Amino acid sequence: MAARMLASAFVLEGKSVASFPMYGFERRGAPVVAFTRIDDKPIREKTQIYNPDCLIVIDPGLLTLPTLFTGLKPESAFILNTPKKLTEQPDKNLKIGGAVNATQIAVDEIGRDIPNTCLLGAFAAATGWVQLQSLLDCLPDYLSGDILERNLKSAERGYREVEVIKW
Amino acid sequence: MVSAQKGQVRVITGNAVGAYGAMLCRPEVVAAYPITPQSEIAELLSQFKADGVLDGEYVEVEGENSAMNVVLAASVAGARTFTATSSYGLVFMYDALQETSGFRAPVVMVNANRETPGIHAVSSGQQDLISARDTGWIQIIVENDQEILDQIIMAYRLAEDYDIQLPIMVNYDGFYLSYLAEAVEIPNIEDVDAFLAPLKQQPERQKLVPGVAIGCGTHGMEMGYVEARYKHCQALERVKGKVDEIDKAFGDYFGRYYGGQIEEYRTDDADIVILASGSATGTVRTVIDTKREQGIKVGLIKLRLFRPFPAERLIGVLKGKKAIGVIDRSLCFGWKYGPMCMELRALSPEIGPAPILSYIDGLANLDITVPHIGRVIDEVSAAAQGKPYQEVTWIPMEE
Repeated sequence: MAARMLASAFVLEGKSVASFPMYGFERRGAPVVAFTRIDDKPIREKTQIYNPDCLIVIDPGLLTLPTLFTGLKPESAFILNTPKKLTEQPDKNLKIGGAVNATQIAVDEIGRDIPNTCLLGAFAAATGWVQLQSLLDCLPDYLSGDILERNLKSAERGYREVEVIKW
Repeated sequence: MVSAQKGQVRVITGNAVGAYGAMLCRPEVVAAYPITPQSEIAELLSQFKADGVLDGEYVEVEGENSAMNVVLAASVAGARTFTATSSYGLVFMYDALQETSGFRAPVVMVNANRETPGIHAVSSGQQDLISARDTGWIQIIVENDQEILDQIIMAYRLAEDYDIQLPIMVNYDGFYLSYLAEAVEIPNIEDVDAFLAPLKQQPERQKLVPGVAIGCGTHGMEMGYVEARYKHCQALERVKGKVDEIDKAFGDYFGRYYGGQIEEYRTDDADIVILASGSATGTVRTVIDTKREQGIKVGLIKLRLFRPFPAERLIGVLKGKKAIGVIDRSLCFGWKYGPMCMELRALSPEIGPAPILSYIDGLANLDITVPHIGRVIDEVSAAAQGKPYQEVTWIPMEE
């Protein structure tokens, strides 16, 4: 869902997008990898992404995966949900790091560990590739009422509270 | 006919697009059972019904076999119908699929392609559509979200054409397209009404009417059977030209053309041609552009119409080419070539002596990647220069 929201925000800024997740059965809590392409031109490729410009990790437990950073482009960005500081450069291809305690912010604002919108705010702040306002403007396409308000706050806090590191 | 108004652009998934496409055509009876990776379409259509956006009946069924029988019966009673399925759901309605085409009922169904039973792969692949190849349905395969929507609208115009009256299956790759969010222009419903209006100008098809006794369906022995099957096959032959006509009419009105039975990309001056279908064809185009820069004259045929098989147009493009590569996202049990390659090889006498190389790739959520396609083009190019080649390659088995 976060990947789709991100795609919608880029569409508001006139970009072409293509975003899809890969998973097996439809069930909550299952492992998911999701891909989002953003371009000025129409996007034709429909493959998974092997050489990303940015990696967003929602579950910090995945940091133990030996293949987590495989294929990153040089000077790429990394956004991590973590209660810790991001000090050491986790991979030599990383240029920008963004660390935010999105789980805590989500629990504070939404009442549950759904850190997605917070991480999108952190993404906007760390990369500067998309305006925070575009993210906020696209959320009503996905959420409404109280849960929308809570997610707007969560995204804004992600934007403000992310710790950005340049390597 | 003037042009359609600009529609609303939304970032939605292929499944959501399928639900919007169906709703815009105002089906009178919808019956569907959720299955991965199609579930969202069944959910959304029932939501449309609950919200009053969908006027037609939404029949909750206990499985896909019932879904198809419900829409078959409704269609025979004269209703416009819609259903959606995938994989296990498709094979669970196998008898009903054949009843539906045997009844000449113009049902429109989308099928989010997924691997079929035997090995429980909840993953993308076109084996399900191949398993329904000989059910008498029209089968079309699309490439992206916008094409899902546009093809559903075109599907009604085709299925309900008085000269056709056959069910049609609109196929899109599960996972790759069913879950893919892209910006899609959703036409105004009045414009869809206008595009489908010519169906109202034609003679009314025969339908069940309470109190009127008619023969319906085909209980045909001997010549009764033969005549019904012959007419069914003749109607499928007529589909080919109709698909091209409807594509042109759609493009003239909505501004988007898809090539009809097949879509060509850089084939005019090509020495070699890649035949592929579905979501992988966009990736093939990008690799073709790269290979062209390296001096390889390569083009693409995107196979849109799988049943009936667009023999004449394929021969028209491929006659005289030096070599052909076919990428199948499915396999044949009992033939070494991929299914689409096998079909194409039946045209060899008309196409000429060009080597035809069969590639099986992209099964069970494995990607048809840029390097894979690059390899295919390089090998087909070498074969065109008279070098030895392997007839059939299961790409993932060689990595």
